[in-house]
Amino acid sequence: MADDLKELKIELSKNGIFTTTLEELYNWGRKNSVWPLTFGLACCAIEMIATTMARYDLARFGAEVFRPSPRQADLIIVSGTVTKKMAPQVVRLYNQMPEPKYVIAMGACAISGGPFRDGYNVLRGIDRYIPVDVHIPGCPPRPEALIHAFMTLQKKIEEQALTGANRPRHLQADLPSEFPVPQFGEHGLEPTQNDEVFLAENGNPLKVLQ
Amino acid sequence: MSGVPAAEEIKAQIETAVPGARVRVIANGSPSGQQSLLLDHEHAVAVARFLRDDPALRLDFCSLMTGVDWLDAETSEKVKVKKMVAGPDGIDQEQEVDEVRKTKTPGYLEAVYHLFSMEKKHGPVIVRLRTANRTDGTDGTHLPSLTPVWRSAEFQEREAFDLYGIVFDGHPDLRRILMWDGFVDFPMRKDYVPPADDILETGLPETGVNP
Repeated sequence: MADDLKELKIELSKNGIFTTTLEELYNWGRKNSVWPLTFGLACCAIEMIATTMARYDLARFGAEVFRPSPRQADLIIVSGTVTKKMAPQVVRLYNQMPEPKYVIAMGACAISGGPFRDGYNVLRGIDRYIPVDVHIPGCPPRPEALIHAFMTLQKKIEEQALTGANRPRHLQADLPSEFPVPQFGEHGLEPTQNDEVFLAENGNPLKVLQ
Repeated sequence: MSGVPAAEEIKAQIETAVPGARVRVIANGSPSGQQSLLLDHEHAVAVARFLRDDPALRLDFCSLMTGVDWLDAETSEKVKVKKMVAGPDGIDQEQEVDEVRKTKTPGYLEAVYHLFSMEKKHGPVIVRLRTANRTDGTDGTHLPSLTPVWRSAEFQEREAFDLYGIVFDGHPDLRRILMWDGFVDFPMRKDYVPPADDILETGLPETGVNP
């Protein structure tokens, strides 16, 4: 929202008039009802479960409804080690979610392979195949860290513009909402990463040095 | 748990019960002193049946089965050899000379079974099987399966097949269990090299901070 509009809004609220924009209202609704997928991979999933229980109470953020079907979910929390055998299923689940959809990569394994990185069976980070919105380091991250990641995601949703060139993927018809599922190869997954998704901070694709 | 007879004793019992069986006791120099029995391929299943059914042993439970990869080993030992050596006065003399002899032991794959008795409450008795060598494609990595004797070995033999490439003859359902069917490598072998997908070109300006 432009700055002069914001000022006008503040000015109006001082006089007892409440105004909003469609964008604000839409994003406010979206960010407070993010429904995660009932999906856990390893020990991080235990922390995720703890986050949803009474002590940490993820319901405060409108995310208490863990959906058992990807068709009803907005968020996939990749909580734990992604093995190479599981990776195609994770990508497939993500593909089955309707837009707008978000990904939190939770814990050292999900973001990079973690302590099992050198294993023959472990994917070195789920961001090789699907676009990750929030990465959480930690082994496992505490529930507070997951809540922080969740609030970061809420902030990200809040700031998404409905119009303009920077509008999010789900509002751009020509951008993909599904990503190629890696295949089981003779020595590992093929391809080893999706160059469209696996990007450096500056937007350049990350390359494997042979 | 103890009360199980010593390895030498079990070896003698096997040799009387299963004629022709060749059993070797593998010594264990560690404080536990757990000795194990190396069985030959031809009589392994018969010996396993004996160990399971013998009323005194009754090793009715195979708690663990695992694979081991032994690479080609070279041992060197110093041997004193008598040799004709030219002496200081130019005449050949017989002298004792130290000579280093190197013996090459070809590598092999090994299957280890830990057996217990639920009935007698004793164990473990450790049984080993060794392949002829560790080359693929030939009969070099074949072993008899003990799954017909102990059902609990089924999945673990599949795992040893999956990760070490030991082919268990007589296994009812020998498929890969952890890796997918199209996978060709045996990742727990010591000479396994994982595919290079690790080192990344970041494309970031070289600041010296973030690699």
